[in-house]
Amino acid sequence: MRIALFVTCLADTLFPDVGKSTTALLERLGHRVEFPEAQTCCGQMHVNTGYQREALPLVRRYVETFEHYDVVVAPSGSCVGSIRYQHATVARRYGDEKLARRAEAVAGRTFELSQLLIDVLRMEDVGAYYPHRVTYHPTCHSLRLLRVGDRPLRLLRHVAGLDLVELPDADVCCGFGGTFAVKNADTSTAMLADKMRNVLNTRAEVCAAGDSSCLMHIGGGLSRLRAGVRTVHLAEILASTQDAIFEPKGRGAAWTEERGTSGGRRRRSEGGVGRRAGPRRRAENRA
Amino acid sequence: MSTFLGLPTAPRGVGHLRGSEPFPVAARRALADSQLRRNLAVATTTIRAKRAAVVAELPDWEELREAGQAIKAETMRHLDRYLERLEAQVEARGGTVHWARDAAEANAIVTDLIRADGSTEAVKVKSLVTDETGLNDALAAAGITAYETDLAELIVQLGQDRPSHILVPAIHRNRAEIREIFLREMGDVDPALTDSPAALAEAARLHLRRKFLSAKVGISGANFAIAETGTLCVVESEGNGRMCLTLPRTLITVMGIEKVIPSWRDLGVFLQLLPRSSTGERMNPYTSLWTGVTPGDGPQRFHLVLLDNGRTAALADETGRQALHCIRCSACLNVCPVYERTGGHAYGSVYPGPIGAVLSPQLTGVEDNASLPYASTLCGACYDACPVKIDIPSLLVHLRARHVDEVRRARRLPSAEAITMAAAAWVMADPRRYAAAQRAGKSGRALSRGGRIRALPPPLSAWTRARDAPAPPAMTFREWWRAEHRDRP
Repeated sequence: MRIALFVTCLADTLFPDVGKSTTALLERLGHRVEFPEAQTCCGQMHVNTGYQREALPLVRRYVETFEHYDVVVAPSGSCVGSIRYQHATVARRYGDEKLARRAEAVAGRTFELSQLLIDVLRMEDVGAYYPHRVTYHPTCHSLRLLRVGDRPLRLLRHVAGLDLVELPDADVCCGFGGTFAVKNADTSTAMLADKMRNVLNTRAEVCAAGDSSCLMHIGGGLSRLRAGVRTVHLAEILASTQDAIFEPKGRGAAWTEERGTSGGRRRRSEGGVGRRAGPRRRAENRA
Repeated sequence: MSTFLGLPTAPRGVGHLRGSEPFPVAARRALADSQLRRNLAVATTTIRAKRAAVVAELPDWEELREAGQAIKAETMRHLDRYLERLEAQVEARGGTVHWARDAAEANAIVTDLIRADGSTEAVKVKSLVTDETGLNDALAAAGITAYETDLAELIVQLGQDRPSHILVPAIHRNRAEIREIFLREMGDVDPALTDSPAALAEAARLHLRRKFLSAKVGISGANFAIAETGTLCVVESEGNGRMCLTLPRTLITVMGIEKVIPSWRDLGVFLQLLPRSSTGERMNPYTSLWTGVTPGDGPQRFHLVLLDNGRTAALADETGRQALHCIRCSACLNVCPVYERTGGHAYGSVYPGPIGAVLSPQLTGVEDNASLPYASTLCGACYDACPVKIDIPSLLVHLRARHVDEVRRARRLPSAEAITMAAAAWVMADPRRYAAAQRAGKSGRALSRGGRIRALPPPLSAWTRARDAPAPPAMTFREWWRAEHRDRP
């Protein structure tokens, strides 16, 4: 299947490994991934901060970039939530009914990663291998906007070597909330403290989720406390196989020394300190 | 102007819809109160579990929610018609109806009615709307003493405190604090009073019994008003309500105009939704219904005060009017991760929590409660819990946009935030500008040590006060893609 990747501005800019893993996973499963370079941002931050007028051109850009694809995937529950439940509203607010209809059509073909794998590609076992103790934070917009339910957990239960441990109060928000984390930093931190307490109580070494934004929040807190737990996106786990285990080399660091510096034309020797190769690149190196 | 149709909002200087400081400032203080944090966590966790259990018992819960939502939406669409029907029915059965444009008018009407009765005291059923109008203060200024008879409201009143929860106004107090308040304020209490719940309740009973027997005027709010017969309904748990509603010779009920429902059949839906969502009970212990005046039985004078106080302004906003569907169950407070940590006082209004964050700014005009629509992570737990399916997260987003648009109209100079947002949108509207900004952002790598950034300049310093930030990678995803796919279109 030809699948367009909407990588999201956050993953593009700060967490490129998430995009690389999504690509590697889908290609491993035999699909053709395309990355339309005209894409930028879904506009969620603008909409949720009250700047809907500024979000309108971003809605138009998303629609124009992706309306020619049958299937679009994004490794983010909240960006897909914004595309599905906000884009048309923004267009209508400014009287553009035509754009609203087009936005609804594209939104119907835009899927969060676990939705794509289970609902469209009909797979639960993607052949992944990830030998770690992992707990999963389901993220609010995946749960309550997109209703992905237990899809991510079904995918994780099929990952060989993975020790999945239930996160207490998993459905409670981590306190990120976009600009909430800055506008209401104290309340956000209080919520984060409880989320971190639950994560640490699981004794997991990895806290996973389907949203880089929530992971940036939880991971930022864990890193500050030197808690010894790292955050990993669902795509990175599912992209990992026995031939290409996806993990950071910086032992003991919650966040790796260097994120996403490998790949492309700049190959380095395998296993270098601080290096974090994309799984596909590793597999190719091996071959 | 606060609303696009120019409809009046709740006036300043009267009542309790506005806080004295913005939410983040008030929240900071509440977050530091470890006793408050524990009380709230225990109380909300307990009531969440109770609610979940009784809701799970009903196979048609979702249908009930749909019905509740539909009834409310239909009522709001024809609110004028149902209010006039209610007025006609109440008057036909011996009651008198008064229309109050705002809090000041409602307070004046109630004060005049008590004076006309010749009384200087009144007993009160727990009522949010009279707290909204600041009725007790207005009565006190007129030399009339109002006695709160709901246990929690009594604790709040005696402690010269403010309610912090819709259903459990003294949720922020523990029993040791309550004992201390009773000993200090009741005057006639046994000095050997312990802090056991039974002893505290008994002390309140003895204290209140004297007021019930002496007061000639009762004041209540209303949970529902049935237009087809002019019947008022109050639900409660302690029995104080029925004392206030039956013993005095004059009964004054103040209700927001959105409380009207068309028929008795509709009441059946709400009496299933409300107790389960509110106290986590299948049925509330006391449901009082009264219609006009019955000679020789109960109050012989009945006055109904219909209050607007910004409700018509909310009704004028087609998206925002959903907030008027609220039946004041407080389920959204109990599931809200923000409320659970800050408590109700931080919201500054008698309506706290998620519903308060969408209701208070509409009643006062968004500019007077501008921080409230942002006091949420938009996690959506409130929407799932709401028995009448108010889409609170979407309303919050809508009110944020209203606020930003109003500020834009009112100010010549845009705020730093507005400039940042406009710049970000301009950058992101074009992939070349966007990629250039990404490259520029890589200078942030200079701030990083070991892949993490421990301090960022304002306003992002609010992030790095408690969390590290990730260092930008050497290569963005799109740079990597381009390098990988030179051979592909």
